[in-house]
Amino acid sequence: MMKPIRPVGLVGYGAYVPRYRIAAREIARMWTDGQGGVPVEAKSVPGPDEDVITMAIEAGRNALARAALPAERLSAVWVGSESHPYSVKPSGTVVAEALGASHWISAADWEFACKAGSEALTASMALVGSGMADYAMAIGADTAQGRPGDALEYTASAGAGALLVGPAEEAVATIDATVSYVSDTPDFYRRADRPYPVHGNRFTGEPAYFHQIMSAARRLLDELGRSPTDFTYAVFHQPNTKFPQTVAKRLGFSEAQIAPGLLSPRIGNPYSGAALVGLCAILDVARPGDTIFVTTYGSGAGSDAYALTVTGRLPACRERAPLTAAYLEREVFVDYATYARWRGKLVLG
Amino acid sequence: MEIARHWRARATRYRLEGQRHRHSGVVRFPPQPPALGEEPDVWEPAPLSGRGELYSFSVLRQPPAGYESFGIYAVGMVRLEEGPLVTAQLTDCAEEDLAIGMPVEMVTRRLADTGEDGVLVYGYKFRPGLR
Repeated sequence: MMKPIRPVGLVGYGAYVPRYRIAAREIARMWTDGQGGVPVEAKSVPGPDEDVITMAIEAGRNALARAALPAERLSAVWVGSESHPYSVKPSGTVVAEALGASHWISAADWEFACKAGSEALTASMALVGSGMADYAMAIGADTAQGRPGDALEYTASAGAGALLVGPAEEAVATIDATVSYVSDTPDFYRRADRPYPVHGNRFTGEPAYFHQIMSAARRLLDELGRSPTDFTYAVFHQPNTKFPQTVAKRLGFSEAQIAPGLLSPRIGNPYSGAALVGLCAILDVARPGDTIFVTTYGSGAGSDAYALTVTGRLPACRERAPLTAAYLEREVFVDYATYARWRGKLVLG
Repeated sequence: MEIARHWRARATRYRLEGQRHRHSGVVRFPPQPPALGEEPDVWEPAPLSGRGELYSFSVLRQPPAGYESFGIYAVGMVRLEEGPLVTAQLTDCAEEDLAIGMPVEMVTRRLADTGEDGVLVYGYKFRPGLR
């Protein structure tokens, strides 16, 4: 279990989900004549002018607004993603410039499949918790791609979650402790310069998602001396609807505990943003004294688990930025042809 | 040449940074160099709220070169809370969503992709107010 020397917490948070959706049934219509089950109801689709940088900017602005913190006070802007717009050129510098941060910051891009954002969160805890800085912005954002017709195409979606880490005494939720568990597990990967990732079908379940999440979550619960029933809410990485429901049940969390943060049925899997946007949705409804258990997952593979406690500062800051529900409710459905055009799946001569 | 032009405009484009006159308090956008005879630093950088009203709009059905991927899209003139009138692309909206006088807000989006070996250009657009 890792705890910083100086207590830290989230002084602000912000979500972003694009306006557009494609129904999983519409994707099934294309490839299976609409037959068979689908892993989610719909997934979010980035508009033609959106990418990881633009989504990270809006989520970051929401986090700064909730904290009522001038961007010049930031010491780090870190963006975790597997779909950075450039292979070489950091997203973090563009995001920092758009947020209005000073030039005297650390800006970097993090990569660990779906847990790139939580890597940035743990690093932000360390930066603030060591006393090296007072405020660090950790963002997880993705415009995930799935090969046309592949199982991933039904879920690979877009979204961003921004968590602004600062001193615990200013926090809307303290981060009490964290655990990181990793192992070399090739369940999902994308080679350099390849457009679409490859996954190991059933191998993505037990040895990958379930083993990493269960390991990290159980270790944190054991070392804190707490049980799942001690927490008000829980959120897990959500590549589909079933996996987070199953892992929650195995660990001993109830459906009610995960309900406010389980967004995958409506927006699919925004990869690095998935657990972070789910956490934002929980913070949108949580009350002072509530406790939140968070476990992320990234293929390759690993999990970060966190225990949070909501403070009395949360209610006053909540309405300073759009709630996650505002982004979920503005859904506009597009057909497969529009989706294919916007996502670069049409080859133009 | 192209890169330098985009780079110089980054504060203006990414976060809608305008200028405020140190004495009169007048706000203007986009930033300009001081006029002949003005004190060199009489116009100071001024962050703008990004909130405003749609003053007028038009829909482009034949996009110019470089913007074909957007298909049909709207451009608007926005009267910012601080006073200036800004012309920009409208996003996250269909033609039927738009009405003169409606509240709009600034978002930073991709303005253009200058090609596989070129830079991505980001900047302000406006969308119907989320809240």
